[in-house]
Amino acid sequence: MSEAVLWFWLVTACFAVYFFLEGFDFGVDLLRPFLAKNEAERRALIQTIGPFWDGNEVWVILAAGAIFATFPAWYGALLTGMYPLFTLILLALIGRGVAFEFRAQVDSRAWRIFWDVTSFAGSLIPAFAWGLIMAALVQGLPIGEGGRYQGSVLSYVTPFTLFGGLTTTLLFMLHGATFLLLRLHKQGELHARARRAALFWGALATAAVLGFVYLGYVRDELFKNFGLGSWVLPGLAALTLAGIWLSLRLARDGLSFAMSGLTIVLSVVTVFLGLFPNVLPSTLSPSFNLTISNAASQPYTLHLMTIVGAVFLPLIVGYQAWNYYVFRRRIAVDDKKAGAAH
Amino acid sequence: MDFDTLALSRFQFATTSIFHYFFVPFTVGFALFIALLQTLAFVRRSDDLERLTRFFGHLFFINFVVGVVTGIVQEFQFGMNWQSFSNFVGNIFGVPLALEVLMAFFLESTFLGLWWFGKDRLPAWVNLSFIWLVAIGTAVSAFWIVIANAWMQHPVGYVLHDGQAVLTSFWAVMTNPKGLEWSAHILTGAVTVAAFFVIAVSGYHIRRNHEVNLFKTSLRLGLVLAALGSGGVVVSGHIQGQSAVRDQPMKYAAFSALWDTPKEGNMSESLIALPSTAQGRNLFSLEVPYLGSFLAFNNLYQKAQGLNELQAMMVKQYGPGNYIPPVWPVYWAFRIMVGIGGVMLLTALWGLWLWRRGRLETAYGYLTFLLIMPLAPHLANFSGFITTEIGRQPWVVQGLLLTRNAVSPLPLLYVVLSLIAFWVVYLLLIGLDVFLLTRTARAGMHPPEVQAASAPAPDYTLGSAPVRLEGNGHE
Repeated sequence: MSEAVLWFWLVTACFAVYFFLEGFDFGVDLLRPFLAKNEAERRALIQTIGPFWDGNEVWVILAAGAIFATFPAWYGALLTGMYPLFTLILLALIGRGVAFEFRAQVDSRAWRIFWDVTSFAGSLIPAFAWGLIMAALVQGLPIGEGGRYQGSVLSYVTPFTLFGGLTTTLLFMLHGATFLLLRLHKQGELHARARRAALFWGALATAAVLGFVYLGYVRDELFKNFGLGSWVLPGLAALTLAGIWLSLRLARDGLSFAMSGLTIVLSVVTVFLGLFPNVLPSTLSPSFNLTISNAASQPYTLHLMTIVGAVFLPLIVGYQAWNYYVFRRRIAVDDKKAGAAH
Repeated sequence: MDFDTLALSRFQFATTSIFHYFFVPFTVGFALFIALLQTLAFVRRSDDLERLTRFFGHLFFINFVVGVVTGIVQEFQFGMNWQSFSNFVGNIFGVPLALEVLMAFFLESTFLGLWWFGKDRLPAWVNLSFIWLVAIGTAVSAFWIVIANAWMQHPVGYVLHDGQAVLTSFWAVMTNPKGLEWSAHILTGAVTVAAFFVIAVSGYHIRRNHEVNLFKTSLRLGLVLAALGSGGVVVSGHIQGQSAVRDQPMKYAAFSALWDTPKEGNMSESLIALPSTAQGRNLFSLEVPYLGSFLAFNNLYQKAQGLNELQAMMVKQYGPGNYIPPVWPVYWAFRIMVGIGGVMLLTALWGLWLWRRGRLETAYGYLTFLLIMPLAPHLANFSGFITTEIGRQPWVVQGLLLTRNAVSPLPLLYVVLSLIAFWVVYLLLIGLDVFLLTRTARAGMHPPEVQAASAPAPDYTLGSAPVRLEGNGHE
């Protein structure tokens, strides 16, 4: 395997880890209005992701940085081509990030409502937009000579990509719900509500995934370069999605979370497997396709990045895992605060 | 290429960077200050100092998060607005950016959370090591960004191949003299930003007679950092000016408003000038003989080349075009930066002198004056940014890539809308940051039931230390 191919899969891994991790913190944000009935419950929900969201978010910065260093042509074409979407994502992530910290700084109901709305929108927009972007990657963009984007905003807004956005949003809500099953106190009322939410949003997520599969695989034949062997991963994703139902029925919280996480990871890998060996297919002509080989950096840069990645990635995974271990204690709703700030 | 897309993309990049840079040096310097303060608390086993650390930590937290969210925009912008730039330099420029994420961002974000939320779960020395990791992370992050920028100002370790700059020696990029000089300047500048904030807040509480014994410690620690920081800024700034004469002579000539190469052997330094781009000369200039030679070369008989001569040389080398950066803003921004640097150094030395005299905590005039000083380093940073970034125009990569050839082929409407959106959001962020910092800083330290906060609720009462309640902090 050449180092360019290695970096293609490392970029895939960054996105997979990013959607796995930030997927549940987006999900918790999106579920909050449905699950929390008072201020104490809202706080408990925020606490479940408090020490984690910032570290989760760094994975997308790493994904972008890795693309920049190892596939510069891909970086420019992707971000310029989908400029409006990335602008929205950035604005949403800004609002969301400050919402967590600023919300608690002023004791006023209007202030908190403002930040709650901000963080909800700040999670909804990227959750949807990332799905749209992933679907658009599969579908291809009107890329012309030299990676110049030659379409309009509407070029990547199709039923398929919109369904992609809907699918990630619902999958993240399901993933958020299974994360809450792990993080909330088991005897609490909120925990019971999270279980019901997992069932409800899980059903919708399953429907969305089926719709996405129908549009992409069956109607548009977008994954036509899939051989029989390549169907293993999407097949596994379908199995894990079904596995969530079983584990929810058995009340196995850890298993439910693992299943929703695996569904996300396998879906991301499926998308990139569908792309391979392209990084950005052109809908205008295959000769304009950005491929792993024509978009990659020079060998020296790739090699340097491989060494650096080999040193730091295990370290990062190690201390992030430890972070989750330190804050493993389940969160209980603080009833003393329920009335006070309501 | 549409000129307006270029102009607005430049404006967007400049303003989002400047807004971002409002928060970043504060974070870098403040992390070091808090790490030092907590070390002091740890060594002296002082619950009071621990409380003080939590108080400043609360302020740090508010600011940190704004720095983080505005930083994401910086990275994505290279691809969004500067596609040709990304293609051209990705092989080289992308590497320090990726290294910044791998070595710094994960470290900061993970260990800041562990430090703040996990203080009761792990031993004190472990908690102390977390804030040091955060401080190291912020400095490492600044280092890599400066290295990336330094490469654009002074490209090293590359060859040109197929219209791309290709890396040949990462060691050369990492040890770019320009980058090392700048790192020193940026890091001491960051210490200065934090130090002047700390001494202003401490002075304010001492004047109000609130926890005087505690704030005395932070005032003194802050003063030492202010003196070291502003001294370091002045020295590293001077070194940088001297290397600009060699590797970016056009920039040097612009911030000196030196239009014509001096006829004599030596060079005078202009103190006040009215540069005129149209006429290629200064309409007015107040000059000190020999000072220019002395500042630029450490002697009295050397001279630098003027803008007009450099322009003629560059036309010969790169073809027709205007290679002179806008002189007016560069010249004046440079002078404002240097002036403020002097004021900051004097203010710090004045404080140290008062301390030596034992009059620091009762010098109410001085403590009041400190209240306006947090603005000074920010203004100096802003001016420094203008000097260095406008000073290298029209190049985005010195001598290799013109700014106008670096921009993405974007519809004007996209750039207009995103520019407006970023401005609205960033102005709101600055307003909120200043509002929350001032509010929290003025409130001082209170027991938890008075603090409104929830999850990251700062609890300044540690151990059994008695806490004085002074108002409700909402005056």
